[in-house]
Amino acid sequence: MSKIAKNCLQVAFVGLVLLFLYLPILLLAVYSFDATDMIGRFEGFSLTHYAALFSDQKVLGMIGNTFLLAFLAAALSTVLGTAGALGMFYCKKRMKAAIHAVSQIPVINAEIVTALALAITFVAAGLGKSYFTLLIGHMVICTPFVVLSVLPKLKQMDNSLYEAALDLGASPAKALWKVVLPQIIPGVISGFMLAVTLSLDDYIVTVYTRPTGFETISTYVFNATMKGNAHTAVTLSSFWALTTIIFVVIVLFVVISNLASMRKKEASK
Amino acid sequence: MKFPHFTRKTLCIPYAVFLLFFVIIPMLVILFYAFTDRNMNISLSNFVRFFSDPTKLSTIVYSIVIALITTVICLLIAYPVAYILARSKMKKKFVILMLFVLPMWINFVLRVNAIRELFNLLASLEGMEWLSASNYFKTVFGMVYDFLPFMILPLYTTMLKIDHSLYEASADLGANGVTTFTRVTLPLSMPGIMSGVTMVFLPSMTNYVVSDMLGNAKVTIIGKFIYEYFGTDWHMGSMVALVLLIVVFLSTWLSGGFSSEENVRGANL
Repeated sequence: MSKIAKNCLQVAFVGLVLLFLYLPILLLAVYSFDATDMIGRFEGFSLTHYAALFSDQKVLGMIGNTFLLAFLAAALSTVLGTAGALGMFYCKKRMKAAIHAVSQIPVINAEIVTALALAITFVAAGLGKSYFTLLIGHMVICTPFVVLSVLPKLKQMDNSLYEAALDLGASPAKALWKVVLPQIIPGVISGFMLAVTLSLDDYIVTVYTRPTGFETISTYVFNATMKGNAHTAVTLSSFWALTTIIFVVIVLFVVISNLASMRKKEASK
Repeated sequence: MKFPHFTRKTLCIPYAVFLLFFVIIPMLVILFYAFTDRNMNISLSNFVRFFSDPTKLSTIVYSIVIALITTVICLLIAYPVAYILARSKMKKKFVILMLFVLPMWINFVLRVNAIRELFNLLASLEGMEWLSASNYFKTVFGMVYDFLPFMILPLYTTMLKIDHSLYEASADLGANGVTTFTRVTLPLSMPGIMSGVTMVFLPSMTNYVVSDMLGNAKVTIIGKFIYEYFGTDWHMGSMVALVLLIVVFLSTWLSGGFSSEENVRGANL
């Protein structure tokens, strides 16, 4: 096969897979601007679905719930996980291996097993289900990923700087804060971002640990599509608008953060 | 700030306590419930009841078959994509990779909903109805759509690490393209295949969101069992969860442990 034909084939294949990934989203994006509740018939540009989305108090409430929970869970997981990773890194080998192994359990385990185990434990311990248990549930799935993204940065770090700080009279706490933390901060940030996305995405752990009546985007959309009440037709099409908004926000975020890092690189040249 | 006897190791205590209470104890609780009956007496009745019920067993087989098909399709699509991207000399291939990761940041349930709408559209089009006739087909399609990035990422990271000079050496030693692939690329990308397979196989066996929303609740997978038992019988639910837990750890152990670097869901991009 000639080289050009091979290249074309490769580009075509990658393009097809991308089309597969984006077609459903783009479909929703296009029809979110249509006046009707039917996909497949475009009857004219309209913002009806967006208006419906922003006027439904219940929907707005669950969107707020989702983001607040994700932010709280991610912030707490980041603090706990970063401290944990730091502590583990300096522990004796055996202790380190033990904590690391247990920390991997929620990562490799099926989410539903984690969720069931937590729910039974909470109820059996008399804690019931509250915002606290929900928050703990999300932290269980998020924190190990924070640890996993901080640990590699610790391994790359120059350890003699910490010792130099101590020699120059800094307390261990100050040396950690002023010398070690700045070196691992990229890992901490990516751990936080990962925790946010994991929490935003979660359905299963939320369902098992949430207090009654608490809805996130995942649980709300799932119930609305599965149950189908009189309200549904309106709600379902406002989800198209919601999907589109989230998609646009993500694209903007990626583009802006990439441009910023490119500019930084150029500036450092 | 002054800490009595503060050492760096102290930092891992909160995380260790967190893991003890919310990972280890819940696993022990599951173990306890799995081997007790309703009166909290030790018994094997859950185990016997589950494995002597033919409808349960056939559902498990179904569930495994669906997960296997999903995993194989994901691998067949993701492997060439990762291979093309990793070997491409394009300067901005980072952008293409980003395009594959981006849909993953849209809420999981909203993504499944998008697929649902796509199938609704196909069902309303003449000559295309057959595509959305089978609940199993829709379920597998949705799972491939949702879990594909989890397969692409670990494959890409492992293939990127393969030294290019190995390909040249292989060609210099007279191997043709096929031999180079089977003797160099494939063995060296095995760790990526392993973590990709575990990251796709397990959710497709347990995440019932996809099978419920796309299979019209006609497709039952193992995860759904646990959900149903959670409302009625914790002991049976725990037994199913325990079986899953054992499967997870056996497969992790057989695939030679888990490479944490490949498993951070794109956090290190």
